[in-house]
Amino acid sequence: MKIGAPKELARGEARVALTPESAQQIQKLGHECLIESGAGKLAGFDDETYREAGVSVIGSAEALWREADVVIKVREPVETEIDRLRAGQTLITFFWPAQNEASLERCRAQGATVMAMDMVPRISRAQKMDALSSTANIAGYRAVIEAGNQFGRFFTGQVTAAGKVPPAKVLIIGAGVAGLSAIGTATSLGAVVRAFDVRPEVAEQIESMGAEFLFLDFEDNQDGSGSGGYAAPSSPEFREKQLALFREQAPDVDIVITTALIPGRPAPKLWLEDMVAAMKPGSVIVDLAAEKGGNCDLTVADERIVADNGVVVIGYTDFPSRMATQASLLYATNIRHMLSDLTPEKDGVIHHDMEDDVIRGVTVTHAGEITFPPPPPKVKAIAAAKPKAKVKEPTPAEKKAAEHAAFQAQSKRQMGILIAGGVLMWLLGMVAPASFMQHFIVFVLACFVGFQVIWNVSHSLHTPLMAVTNAISGIVILGAVLQIGSGSWLVGLLAGISVLIASINIVGGFLVTRRMLAMFQKS
Amino acid sequence: MLQHEFVSAAAIAASVLFILSLGGLSNQEKAKRAVWYGIVGMAIAVVFTALGPNVGGYGWLIPMMLVGGLIGAWLSRKVEMTEMPQLVAALHSFVGLAAVFIGWNAELERARVVAIQAAGVSFDGLSAFASTLAHKTPAELTFLQVEVVLGVFIGAVTFTGSVVAFAKLAGKIGGQPHKLPGGHWLNAAAMALVLLLAIAYLNGAGLWTLLVLAVLAFFIGWHLIMGIGGADMPVVVSMLNSYSGWAAAAIGFTLSNDLLIVTGALVGSSGAILSYIMCKAMNRNFVSVILGGFGGTQGPAAEIEGEQIAIDTAGVASALNDADSVIIVPGYGMAVAQAQNAVSDLVRKLRAAGKEVRFGIHPVAGRLPGHMNVLLAEARVPYDIVLEMDEVNDDFAKTDVVIVIGSNDIVNPAAQEDPASPIAGMPVLKVWESKQVFVCKRGQGTGYSGIENPLFFKDNTRMLYGDARSSIDSLVGMID
Repeated sequence: MKIGAPKELARGEARVALTPESAQQIQKLGHECLIESGAGKLAGFDDETYREAGVSVIGSAEALWREADVVIKVREPVETEIDRLRAGQTLITFFWPAQNEASLERCRAQGATVMAMDMVPRISRAQKMDALSSTANIAGYRAVIEAGNQFGRFFTGQVTAAGKVPPAKVLIIGAGVAGLSAIGTATSLGAVVRAFDVRPEVAEQIESMGAEFLFLDFEDNQDGSGSGGYAAPSSPEFREKQLALFREQAPDVDIVITTALIPGRPAPKLWLEDMVAAMKPGSVIVDLAAEKGGNCDLTVADERIVADNGVVVIGYTDFPSRMATQASLLYATNIRHMLSDLTPEKDGVIHHDMEDDVIRGVTVTHAGEITFPPPPPKVKAIAAAKPKAKVKEPTPAEKKAAEHAAFQAQSKRQMGILIAGGVLMWLLGMVAPASFMQHFIVFVLACFVGFQVIWNVSHSLHTPLMAVTNAISGIVILGAVLQIGSGSWLVGLLAGISVLIASINIVGGFLVTRRMLAMFQKS
Repeated sequence: MLQHEFVSAAAIAASVLFILSLGGLSNQEKAKRAVWYGIVGMAIAVVFTALGPNVGGYGWLIPMMLVGGLIGAWLSRKVEMTEMPQLVAALHSFVGLAAVFIGWNAELERARVVAIQAAGVSFDGLSAFASTLAHKTPAELTFLQVEVVLGVFIGAVTFTGSVVAFAKLAGKIGGQPHKLPGGHWLNAAAMALVLLLAIAYLNGAGLWTLLVLAVLAFFIGWHLIMGIGGADMPVVVSMLNSYSGWAAAAIGFTLSNDLLIVTGALVGSSGAILSYIMCKAMNRNFVSVILGGFGGTQGPAAEIEGEQIAIDTAGVASALNDADSVIIVPGYGMAVAQAQNAVSDLVRKLRAAGKEVRFGIHPVAGRLPGHMNVLLAEARVPYDIVLEMDEVNDDFAKTDVVIVIGSNDIVNPAAQEDPASPIAGMPVLKVWESKQVFVCKRGQGTGYSGIENPLFFKDNTRMLYGDARSSIDSLVGMID
């Protein structure tokens, strides 16, 4: 099959769906790769590099659309592109089918199969194709970088000869992929990072990235993970509590990055005008939800706004495109994984398996029919957080008391054992002959020494320990040695066999121990 | 002929040397010297006892020792390190058998001495043992009989138990637990018969009672160990180790020989402690292990959501190339696949690339306490990067990549998270806390205990299916 990537037509779009690297991988699947001349230029890949990777460079978009069996793109197709689609052709791209119903209908009418990269279900197996995540990852990173660009101070706190610099305080709202990526970037720049999310189960992820989770104590916390890992709209009471929390944070934080999105709805307004007004001059707000209306009241899509009190509000929507090389590399890899799932035999033949959970979810038109929306994914993205029983930290006094009690219990137990042992010895002494008692005391002492000594043996030497105890338990040979001189042939024979096998034990045990110990080497 | 006092002095020296020998195993460097203490102690004990008063039969004794020694030397040279569990079990069986024979001999000699005493003939020409007997009071002789019964019984159980353990470890019989119909009632009945026979013997019923008693004990040993599954073998082998010590100590009582008593007690307590450590590491009760079968489940195990995701060696290699810290968790599967040398090559390459590589060893990994350490040492992995569970368990959260090779239950998060799991409460290596876990496994399926492992379904876990050795070998080639 011929896989072709045209130049993106959307204004300012610098990404490309095919990179020389992914082309090589796609060719291994048995496909042939085409690219429109100049398509990769803005992302840093020139035609020559593509040719070196074995990609045929096609002069015009029209020719490419005509030749390719599968067209791979970044942005949703525009009118002219949909016109170029033909029956039997497959288009793999971001499509946003819920928002673009008209285009969807037109693609169906053209008879083409459309696979929307924004519809990849959020299950583990599909992570490698999850273009939304890889895009969001870039957006989160870039948001911090943009904020740093606008922010007039260091991120990290320093004590310099010229005075002390406090660390920047960053608040991140929404801990999805973009949010977590922003947390990671901001913490690694040295900022003090706080994060909020309506889904309490992501607290662990936030903390693992090094940020503080702002906990909202709200009864009947909703399970926001029900819809495949995305947040759901919240109740008015919850929203009020949430806004109160943000209002409290506003005067304290220097940078706010909002990433809150609810699938298929306008972005919730979370950072209101009064909060912007409460912030310190020079603070920065980066609104990653700008495309969907913004989380901040002041956001204007694709614009940088300066509020009356000097707070900068960034509403850019093209963060991934601003890092076109990285974004293209990741997106092309997502596409490549999608193609390899479509080509299970690696023979260059596309096998469109509508039974497959992932492929079914992604396909929005197929065989002249609209197949959107897909049935809900069968597997939950994140297991619901189990209610955690609160463990009360014991106070130092309680701890001390517990330790004391444990010590007393131990003393009592030891005393008990000693007394019981003493009584047992006494009883035994009543019946046993004196010579036996003498040996018995030796025996008890030896057990005691054994216990003391063996506890100190290193765990890693347990096998040599067994081998060496094996060897020394060959000491039974002494019994046989003492008996072998008997006049009786039967006694002699049995003693002889005992000597034989005990010798095997002694020699074998010691030699194998030595062999083992010689192998232990220090680096 | 050496004087009796001289022999006693030698016995004290040997006892001290044995204690030093065991104590020296506290670290790897001292251990190399410690084994010499043991050898010297044993040489002193044997030579001085053999040269002691009233020991004869050298024409028979010396050849037997030489032949035994040669066999032992040959065995120790030939054995593969993966076969250590079998060898240890086999050696235990020898001690058990020797104890049975010596016990029988003691009875034969006692009967002879009693007969001579009754006839009033002189005691010349008896063995060293018999001449000691001749000076014993009747009360002491009765006590001697108790000791003989103990020695024979423990020895016989050790013998067949070790033979079965050997056969299971060597794969000569299946590792599955087998029980005769009647189960532990059969053992209990056999024990009751043993007690009856012992009482009959003490009342003068003669040698046949001892023979039958030994046969019954053979049965108990066989049946007991047949009922225990392959993966419980670390406990079984340690327990048999302990028994072989107690058998030696019982024989020491019979022969009134303090050196035997001391040595037997040392070995016995060593085995007992090992069994205790093993049981604790599996969070199981000693009795439940010995009585066989896995402890009953306390309810349905939690459902596992998600799926096992496979990965190829190239994926693992790229993750390893990116990682700074790596922990490898080996299990019995590594021994089965003989992958230790491949693993060692991998470690060398990773370390050469400046990465921090360590091993995390669970106490019950493998079929013998410390089995993994010996295998890794054989493959020339430096012992200072091979860490115990407690040393490494807190470090997983800071680790980039964990490779689990052929272990299952010892890395099962259900042991900590799911109170209904059959292994709930067992201490496990918390590999899932690391950033990425690769599980090297022959195929899908549960471990020996049949417990589903939620680790395999975690988001940060990838399964590398296939033979451990060839997988690791191909990995080695892909590390820069």
